[in-house]
Amino acid sequence: MVSLTINGQSVEVEPEATILQAAEKLGIFIPTFCYDPELTLVGACRMCVVEVEKARALMASCCTPVMDGMVVHTESERVIAARKENLNLLIANHPLDCLTCEKTGACRLQDYCYQYGISESDYHGDKKDYELDDTNPFFIRNMNKCILCGLCVRTCHEINGAGAVEFMNRGFDSKVTAAFDDPLENSSCVFCGMCVDACPVGALTPKHGIGKGRPWELKRVKTVCPYCGTGCGLELYVKGNTVVGAKGDVTSPASRGQTCVKGRFGFDFLQSPERLKSPLIRKNGELVESSWDEALDLIAKKFKEVKGTELAGLASARVTNEENYLFQKLLRSLGSNNVDHCARL
Amino acid sequence: MGSNTTETHPVLGYRMKMAKKKGASLIVADPRKIELADHADVFLQLRPGTNEALINGIINVIIEERLSDDQFIAERTEGYEEMAAAVKKYTPEYVEGITGVAAGDIRKAARLYAGAESAGIYYTMGITQHTNGTNTVMAIANLAMVTGNMGKPSSGINPLRGQNNVQGACDMGGLPVVFTGYQRVDNEAALSKFEKAWGVKLNSRPGLTVTEIMDGILNGEIKALYVMGENPALSDANIHHVMEALEKVEFLVVQDIFLTETAAKADVVLPAAAFAEKVGTFSNTERRVQMVRKAVNAPGEAKADWLILQELANKLGMEWHYEGPDHIFQEIAQLTPAYAGISYQRLEQEGGLQWPCPSADHPGTLYLHEGQFSRGKGLFTPVEYLPPAEETDQEYPLVLTTGRNLYHYHTGSMTRQSKPLNAFKPEEFAQISREDADRLGIKNGDLVKVSSRRGEVEVKADVTEVVPTGVIFMTFHYHEVPVNVLTNNQVDPIAKIPELKVCAVKLEKVG
Repeated sequence: MVSLTINGQSVEVEPEATILQAAEKLGIFIPTFCYDPELTLVGACRMCVVEVEKARALMASCCTPVMDGMVVHTESERVIAARKENLNLLIANHPLDCLTCEKTGACRLQDYCYQYGISESDYHGDKKDYELDDTNPFFIRNMNKCILCGLCVRTCHEINGAGAVEFMNRGFDSKVTAAFDDPLENSSCVFCGMCVDACPVGALTPKHGIGKGRPWELKRVKTVCPYCGTGCGLELYVKGNTVVGAKGDVTSPASRGQTCVKGRFGFDFLQSPERLKSPLIRKNGELVESSWDEALDLIAKKFKEVKGTELAGLASARVTNEENYLFQKLLRSLGSNNVDHCARL
Repeated sequence: MGSNTTETHPVLGYRMKMAKKKGASLIVADPRKIELADHADVFLQLRPGTNEALINGIINVIIEERLSDDQFIAERTEGYEEMAAAVKKYTPEYVEGITGVAAGDIRKAARLYAGAESAGIYYTMGITQHTNGTNTVMAIANLAMVTGNMGKPSSGINPLRGQNNVQGACDMGGLPVVFTGYQRVDNEAALSKFEKAWGVKLNSRPGLTVTEIMDGILNGEIKALYVMGENPALSDANIHHVMEALEKVEFLVVQDIFLTETAAKADVVLPAAAFAEKVGTFSNTERRVQMVRKAVNAPGEAKADWLILQELANKLGMEWHYEGPDHIFQEIAQLTPAYAGISYQRLEQEGGLQWPCPSADHPGTLYLHEGQFSRGKGLFTPVEYLPPAEETDQEYPLVLTTGRNLYHYHTGSMTRQSKPLNAFKPEEFAQISREDADRLGIKNGDLVKVSSRRGEVEVKADVTEVVPTGVIFMTFHYHEVPVNVLTNNQVDPIAKIPELKVCAVKLEKVG
């Protein structure tokens, strides 16, 4: 173990730990844009810089390994000045339309500007002027808001493996885009949405939730995806009685926050007007609405009329364990073992 | 093998590609040139319906080249000699003739698999939806055991379950032969345990499978059918046969979240709550039991399936008084040794537990068969290659194989109702090889007719390199193009799984 001091508190960590991880252990918050523990470290955004005594320059804490006896200051004057300058430069070229931006309340650029008291930039130069890419049905890409942290690029290459987006051009003209600067649907993108969840600012916005609620108004419910058998954890965003968004649950042991297009964007069937809302009974050839009592009485009567072995049931690969358990208990209690489901299909 | 993982289990597909980047080797066996084939060290593009021959061929090379794990075979298994004798004739050259896979590639795959410190086999319905599916799974078990790839991390045989809770539905006794935790209904001790717990007299005769139930309706054996959250009218093989059964059955109850093609045939339809509208547990493909939580209320008068079942049971005089899913789970844990140590409290605290988890202090089981197999010694089973039930001929010269695409799920009852998913993939395209398309004058997007001995559908053509000459691929997501009117309902004699992955068809351009 290696011991070091951060903001006057000492801490012991593994020798391969970074300053950022050591600070996390002490509960000391260091702002970051380009850092994600699941991805390659690039140390590009310089937001996480800290002052290390006896070191000449400020160090990027996300990718600087700890050393025994290190003395670190995470909010020294030099550090604060550097972070402010960084933010000053970032917002010089960032649309400040926070009033209507979907990311407001969950935007790290906004949070850090708030923390360091930056309301406008001292620099007045060119602004990026890219057209919105909203041709796919899942999310909008507004590259005018992109701060080039590269989280989406690394997520796409390192987690998904699709490698659909990459940096194009250099310097001020740098832009994250798909091959030939085409819309995503012409690329290898599989719309898993993990770039959307990785984006620290409002450059990538899911279409489904637009105008449906601010982050602080939303209840978050952790659950499991209803599609394939991988069992990915999802966090559903709920306002009132409506699911307005979803993202991968990073605490899920099965999926560690990863998603595919169905889990990430395919939850709006819940609100489909086609949902069944009341029991139906066939009368004169037509299915007509009925009360629960009438429907269940009819089923009970019909089930009593047949022998147990003349009754069959299909349980379901979609419903819960508890429900499948009760289904087979019901059928078997009526004398029928004719219980199966679509495991074979 | 027989798994288009990046589309059907995308997150597992990411992990496979990540493992490859970290230095793992990847062998892909599939009739189609799927995305994973681009990442593979060896791609075995076999003819549909020839899995068993390919696996026997790989085992043949492993034995011939002495790449087997002889210590594992001696200590942990039995029946090796019979199996080894059975694969003797499956030389790579012989197997090349059956599968179309070059003998050199079979050797290369065998050396890679056997040479790995640990190697896992991942498969889905490409293996099982064949009339010889059970035998093929046994061949896979032979392959894993002959190399000692069982009972250790990152190895074994991993059938990837296709639906969120298909594992749980099986675990909970949603099968004709077993109660929860695979306790057989014809086992006297199990039967009397459940009779005592439920306070009823139970039937010890195994019931019928889904395919047999449909046949049972047609021969008058089954008079009433209760379908909960399933859509056999699109998912089952040879739909005409299924529809005939759904029309004929005297009383059909369907409980679902939408008026599916099956529900439209029902006498009574019950509106159910969807996943985000109730509490419960799902068990995933790694046997991990995880909490499902309620986010919103169900629409209108729709109710959670467990509540509907309880109310119906009480109408039938059963006096069920479950206070909620937690209460039901406690009963499951009491009656199911593999689930005995799992509780809602632990799931909330620990975030998911993999069965077997026999006691409250058991951490769950990451992988099975460590030290010994469930039956003691691992049994090698000699298996022979058998051709598919329906082979191509002059009238039906092409092979149709079916599956899913990334953007839709099963019969589309949920994804077709999702606006972005349906907007992105609104219609079905049949994948047709360039050679077949050129021969018949078919261009991309042309309307074509695909017909089999059982029916026909019209569909747009996607002329592609993904399928080889002589093979057509279609999904079963679209009710407008119900591919299962074409498929063959001949079943595997043991698992009773229909041969959805191979049937003979002909292709014509329309107009």
